[in-house]
Amino acid sequence: MFRNVAELVELAEKKQVKIAEIMIQQEIEVTGLSREEIIAKMDRNLTVMEQAVERGLKGVTSVSGLTGGDAVLLQNYMKTGKALSGNILLDAVSKAVATNEVNAAMGTICATPTAGSAGVVPGTLFAVKEVLNPTRMEMIEFLFTSAAFGFVVANNASISGAAGGCQAEVGSASGMAAASIVELAGGTPSQAAEAMAITLKNMLGLVCDPVAGLVEVPCVKRNAMGASNAMTAADMALAGIKSRIPCDEVIQAMFLIGQSMPSALRETAEGGLAATPTGRRLEAEIFGKKE
Amino acid sequence: MKYRSAFDIIGPVMIGPSSSHTAGAARIGRVARTLFNRLPKKAVISLYGSFAKTYKGHGTDVAIVGGLLDFDTFDERIPTSLKLAEEAGMEIVFSVEDMVPDHPNTVKINLYDDNGDLEVVGISIGGGTIEITELNSFKLKLSGEHPAILVVHNDQFGVISAVTQIFANHEINIGHMEVSRKEKGKMALMVIEVDQKIHQNVLAEIEKVPNVTQIIRMVD
Repeated sequence: MFRNVAELVELAEKKQVKIAEIMIQQEIEVTGLSREEIIAKMDRNLTVMEQAVERGLKGVTSVSGLTGGDAVLLQNYMKTGKALSGNILLDAVSKAVATNEVNAAMGTICATPTAGSAGVVPGTLFAVKEVLNPTRMEMIEFLFTSAAFGFVVANNASISGAAGGCQAEVGSASGMAAASIVELAGGTPSQAAEAMAITLKNMLGLVCDPVAGLVEVPCVKRNAMGASNAMTAADMALAGIKSRIPCDEVIQAMFLIGQSMPSALRETAEGGLAATPTGRRLEAEIFGKKE
Repeated sequence: MKYRSAFDIIGPVMIGPSSSHTAGAARIGRVARTLFNRLPKKAVISLYGSFAKTYKGHGTDVAIVGGLLDFDTFDERIPTSLKLAEEAGMEIVFSVEDMVPDHPNTVKINLYDDNGDLEVVGISIGGGTIEITELNSFKLKLSGEHPAILVVHNDQFGVISAVTQIFANHEINIGHMEVSRKEKGKMALMVIEVDQKIHQNVLAEIEKVPNVTQIIRMVD
């Protein structure tokens, strides 16, 4: 079993296989299921992600009315040809938003690694798919690579907003996605680790401060920026840029930052954006409480 | 290692919006239903902590009722479960509690019908993972992720070893086990989590052990 990113990269390089393959082999060992069963299970998760994006791009509205429809706005804007940051990047952003809008509307999603951060991994996958034309199996491998990096974060830091703030949720998701994009684009295992490190470094300290305690504001837009962060970091790593701080040390820093974060900023809706005048007003409107 | 599988990271497939407040809540409801082993006539759902504060916005209410209707975390009927429960003839009462619980996401579920009643306390600890912490005021710790059985028995010597011997005879490894009792010599409870599916013939053997009064199959 790999315990950190360094061991994961070393295993993949020694065996000369993708990081996805290391994760699949470990899953076979841990669960006793066959390779076919494990692949089929991830294939089903991929189908759920596809359906969520498809639904979100048609436009949905959440139960509270706080979120919905932004994925459609962005897709329409892309069609004008005036987008400054490029359509592949905005496609990733809009598909991440689409997934989280479906989540807020009580639709079916696949947690990656949580429901609140479920947009980043599929959003980036379905955007780079348009350029790299992967096979179905390569798309499934993308998810196993994400799982491998997320596995390291979950066991060495946290993937829970209540424990480590949003850096643990959208931060982890963005790092996972960046590494997977690199591998799908033909980068090496160490380039994937560099992309993960670069992404996480720019998510450190991100607080979890949901308005009214709901997984909507700012979660949907945090997924948008998480997808954007992942795409940029993947390009940087593919260009040969390295992180001065090794990936495992970034993860350790993330863990320690999470531990020193006050509880008001860890999914209690007591601080940050939740405690702004508008945040409090929205909360009162939704739950009918006195301000 | 807290997490062991790729599907702890990429998964579960679920109805949004929150892995702890929706998926976890549905799982607690479903464990209560499994323990009751039939559709209850009435359910009293007491919400504590963060569950009490934000249950409406998170769909914690419909998720728990969905679980009581035996729906999985990804069942698209969850958002309409209150109506479906009414149609099925199940009366639902929600009670929002002020008491501060040990864990912020705590729910107590009381189920009733003409043949009996059941009380389950569960907590949702994050990412859809849950623990059952109380059953009919017995304290316990059960994840609901592995095949498990609950054995209600009289608090007498030899019952525990007789039951574990049956598992050994069938080459079934016990991953987690706990025993508790309310009072010396009275009713006691064994919770046994194992690594593989428990077949009916094993349960039939355990039923024959002297002083065993009831067996509840938890998770297949």
